Amino acid sequence: MKRTLSVLVENRPGVLSRVAGLFSRRGYNIDSLAVGRTENPAISRMTIVVDGDEQIIEQVGKQLNKLIDVIKISDITNDPYVGRELILIKVNADPSVRGEIMQIVDIFRARIVDIARNSLIIEATGDADKIDAIENSLRPFGIREVVRTGKIAMLRGAKTRGMEASGNGTGE
Amino acid sequence: MDTVFGIPGGSVLPLYHELAVASIRHILTRHEQAAAHAADGYARASGKPGVCIATSGPGATNLVTGIANAYMDSIPLVAITGQVSVAMIGRDSFQEADITGITLPVTKANYLVKNVHDLAATIHEAFYIATTGRPGPVLIDIPKDITTQRALFRYPPKLHLPGYRCKVQPHALQVAQAAAAIGAAEKPLLFIGGGVITSGAHEEVRQLAEGQDIPVVMSMMGKGGFPETHPLFAGMVGMHGTAAANYAMCETDLLIGVGVRFDDRVTGKVEAFAPKAKIIHIDIDAAEIGKVVQAHIPIVSDARQGLAAILEKLPGKGEHQAWRQQIRRWQEENPLRYEKGGLKPQYVLEELYNLTKGQAIICTDVGQHQMWAVQYYPLSRPRTFLSSCGLGTMGFGVPAAMGAAVARPGETVVVITGDGSFQMNIQELATISHYQLPVKIIIMNNGYLGMVRQWQEFFFDRRYAYSEMLGNPDFVKVAEAYRIPGRLVNESREVVPALEEALAAEGPFLVDVRIDREENVYPMVPPGGTLNKMVTGGKGA
Ligand SMILES: Cc1ncc(C[n+]2csc(CCOP(=O)(O)OP(=O)(O)O)c2C)c(N)n1
Ligand SMILES: [Mg+2]
Repeated sequence: MKRTLSVLVENRPGVLSRVAGLFSRRGYNIDSLAVGRTENPAISRMTIVVDGDEQIIEQVGKQLNKLIDVIKISDITNDPYVGRELILIKVNADPSVRGEIMQIVDIFRARIVDIARNSLIIEATGDADKIDAIENSLRPFGIREVVRTGKIAMLRGAKTRGMEASGNGTGE
Repeated sequence: MDTVFGIPGGSVLPLYHELAVASIRHILTRHEQAAAHAADGYARASGKPGVCIATSGPGATNLVTGIANAYMDSIPLVAITGQVSVAMIGRDSFQEADITGITLPVTKANYLVKNVHDLAATIHEAFYIATTGRPGPVLIDIPKDITTQRALFRYPPKLHLPGYRCKVQPHALQVAQAAAAIGAAEKPLLFIGGGVITSGAHEEVRQLAEGQDIPVVMSMMGKGGFPETHPLFAGMVGMHGTAAANYAMCETDLLIGVGVRFDDRVTGKVEAFAPKAKIIHIDIDAAEIGKVVQAHIPIVSDARQGLAAILEKLPGKGEHQAWRQQIRRWQEENPLRYEKGGLKPQYVLEELYNLTKGQAIICTDVGQHQMWAVQYYPLSRPRTFLSSCGLGTMGFGVPAAMGAAVARPGETVVVITGDGSFQMNIQELATISHYQLPVKIIIMNNGYLGMVRQWQEFFFDRRYAYSEMLGNPDFVKVAEAYRIPGRLVNESREVVPALEEALAAEGPFLVDVRIDREENVYPMVPPGGTLNKMVTGGKGA
């Protein structure tokens, strides 16, 4: 079972290795981890996709919560949210197949961002299904390289996953 | 905190320069690992945070075992390491080690201080985090140039720790459920661990046990949390626990785990652990709840507050006569016992108990002698049993005892060690001699890595692969070389006089006891086995 966790962390040195280290150390399966700063530069948000049964997910949450730099964890899997990932695909494309590739790119509302003599770089964003689909559609042409960002996610509607701290701000 | 333990070196020279004229006592150990263990022992014996200091690179890496040891047993420890100057970091400079990286998985938090203006706040935060919530080690890595700069000392009035939650009140509903479950149980069992010692919940444990007539068992970390001579006490559970405690675990209908983490040495096969019990689990660390066993009534709180809240909700007295008698029968049918004759470690401990009236602070190393010490030296006061329980670190005992001797002057501090473990920090005899720390060292000398030998005997066809300690020194002579008096004991009748001499000595003393070499620890639950399937002694028990 895949779960999507939205994790607010203090932007302190070592916080990424702390979180990543926790996953490997305790043997949790991490699917993807994307991190960047939030509207508050002192705080970053990590979107973590993790695979495991209910008990493992509960432990993941509790262990993450123990990290001093982790402010808040939300399991948003069952909430309405927009989940997006960006992919760059370098695909073989000699002139005879370019037309066909461009059609696929159109269908997926992707973009061609670089052209070389025998290859193209295609940029696409979307949820995991769409990203997988475009990758599969391009595979027959010969994919040379793929770079994916991992999922980032945001709750729908006016609700924000705000600054509700798990502590009260003083450490007390 | 009044004492720190450490060894100076290049990157901490400026720090030591000031330490020499500060009002803090510094104990120079002979190895940084020992400094960490001594600080750990100081913390265990006093309840105050222990502090150790080491220089960058090898000094810092030498601390790692001691830090990991404190982490596993949730001991408040602050480790201060020197680091190369800020501009030199990351260039593989002389004596540079990424100690914050190395200790990431074994510290509660760690810091690299890159600005002198952050130093005071960082130290404040480190002590706060080490000592609150579930305690643990915190490391502060300080580059050399930071310690040579000047800054106005301003102690930060308030810490900014939005993600740190360490004070949790027991949930009223859960408390009510726990109280109701206790009222309804026929075979309740209190299972106490290190959290009871840390939070000082021993009084509440006693009130609950006596008020509701509930038998008590312990993990090794819980030793001292309940008087072991009490009629309601049934022993330690787990691999080398008593038969009565393990049977009780298998039969109880309500297990009240207080400040315990259900280590595999306690549970044996988890699926068969406490099979008939509803489980109340009180722990300050929410992540411990449901980690190993599923609790029916979880209470996330300090052990003492949790118990106090439950006590308030309990209406009257309880009575579990049949259950208590059942446990008593198990105790009578399966007492701890050993074959008389020869020179037995158990006998040495019994005599030590008699001579010290059970009032010593007992520090152990790791191995058979550790288990015998648990079994044959019952304690009744918290913070009097210092042992490496979670990490099982050979070499812990002697430095931990140094920490205890510093923290509790005037008390009798005894180390029960083995010939193998003792040699892992034997250099600390110099520290003991230097500061005349009144530590009594008793070596249960079997000429073996005895616990390893026992496993080889039981599970590896008696092929004693590299577990015999050939080349052991004459330990009494070694002690003598450090100007520490000692006594060799070869026969049973020499035990009492030697112990008397050791205890009468004003300063340190070493007793090398040549115990029966192939004595085993019984009972034993084979690893991964169920608790009611114990191997009992083939010969004596
Ligand atoms: C640092 C370390 N290395 C190895 C071990 C594995 N080990 C556990 S018990 C033991 C034997 C201990 O021998 P000794 O101190 O003589 O105690 P005895 O069992 O003989 O009483 C060993 C090697 C350990 N626990 N710690
Ligand atoms: Mg030995």
